[in-house]
Amino acid sequence: MKSLEEVLARQPFLAELDARYRALVVGCARNHRFPEGAYLLREGGAADEFFLIRRGRVALELAPPGVLPLVIATLGEGDIVGASWLLPPYRWRLDARALEPTVAIGIDADCLRRKCDEDHDLGYEMMKRFLPVFVKRLHAARLQLMDVYGRA
Amino acid sequence: MNFVDPALPHPWRVAAVSRELADTVTLEIAPVAGPTPSYVSGQFNMLYVFGVGEAAISLSGNPARRGRYTHTVRGVGAVSRALASMETGDTVGVRGPLGRGWPLAAARGGDFVLVAGGLGLAPLRPVIYEVLAQRKSFGRVSVLVGSRHPEDILYRGELERWQADRDLDVQITVDHAEAGWRGSVGVVPALVPQVDVDWGNAMAFVCGPEIMMRYTVTALREVGMDDERIYLSLERNMKCGVGLCGHCQLGPVLVCRDGPVVRLDSIANLLGMREL
Repeated sequence: MKSLEEVLARQPFLAELDARYRALVVGCARNHRFPEGAYLLREGGAADEFFLIRRGRVALELAPPGVLPLVIATLGEGDIVGASWLLPPYRWRLDARALEPTVAIGIDADCLRRKCDEDHDLGYEMMKRFLPVFVKRLHAARLQLMDVYGRA
Repeated sequence: MNFVDPALPHPWRVAAVSRELADTVTLEIAPVAGPTPSYVSGQFNMLYVFGVGEAAISLSGNPARRGRYTHTVRGVGAVSRALASMETGDTVGVRGPLGRGWPLAAARGGDFVLVAGGLGLAPLRPVIYEVLAQRKSFGRVSVLVGSRHPEDILYRGELERWQADRDLDVQITVDHAEAGWRGSVGVVPALVPQVDVDWGNAMAFVCGPEIMMRYTVTALREVGMDDERIYLSLERNMKCGVGLCGHCQLGPVLVCRDGPVVRLDSIANLLGMREL
């Protein structure tokens, strides 16, 4: 059985992260298994743990009142679930639900934030990894907003 | 001398109509008289609805099939709505096949990625038929399909059959879905990094709304593809269809004559130009 450190070392998200920083991240990490349909996080809940998907697929959902929940994105192996842990008030803005049995690494958000505060080099390494993920999602959301197929 | 006037529409008969989506149909048409010229995947015909007008519509059937042309039409304007409401036995004028198609021969021997958005799957479907007919001539083949919503997925039954077929890697994503949808939600360019091909030797054919193609090109460049290995099918409002009127001009490119399929490096700087 692989250790959590070995598992994290194989994640593209943490590729080329210095072993000493990886050890700091491992100190905040634990394994999770989510059955199909289980929620990884719920809108309004405390953003105290985010996830790195090892296997499986997760839907990000918004639930407007009176209509069926809308899936705004699906995530898979290697993807990060959860951004609101980065900024106050540290509350989730959407739901994340497992579309199939999903294995993920949970990272204690408070633990990682504290370590980043203590060691800004770690904080910078994390920022370099998270920012591209969220910028790509912002670009994708813009393209979705354009509703390009409506005029194809 | 066997001279065919490209400006003269020939009468063809609608032989079959199948509804694909609420506003989209596939027409099978057969010539009233004379032969059915062969075509290259990616070419188009000018279809003339008498008394209404003419529109450029891609050939979307199997090029190996003789005696009929297949066109998938979405009713969005006067002509396309008239085409989409045609019934078996109706007459349609045909000029074509016209334009330059996909350079399938150039893709042989390597990995191959097709990226389609919305109705952009129609001009790529003939390529898929050809690839399946000559499967051993290609390496890994991925078909990435983006749609607005699960109800808008074109050729859904066929895509699901191809998904079950191990000869092709077919990935479908939609921009929006309700919670019951079990497939992928996200934009089609986001599928590109997930494809398992040798990008350095792969070929990519892309067809869809222009903004979707721009984002897809960015994604293909990010995974290491050169512009020389990326082909796009452009859409412009065509009139003459043979490079005389300039209606479909994109900079120095006359899309009807020099395209609709073009290699990216021939138009790369023109794609994002607002004035065009």
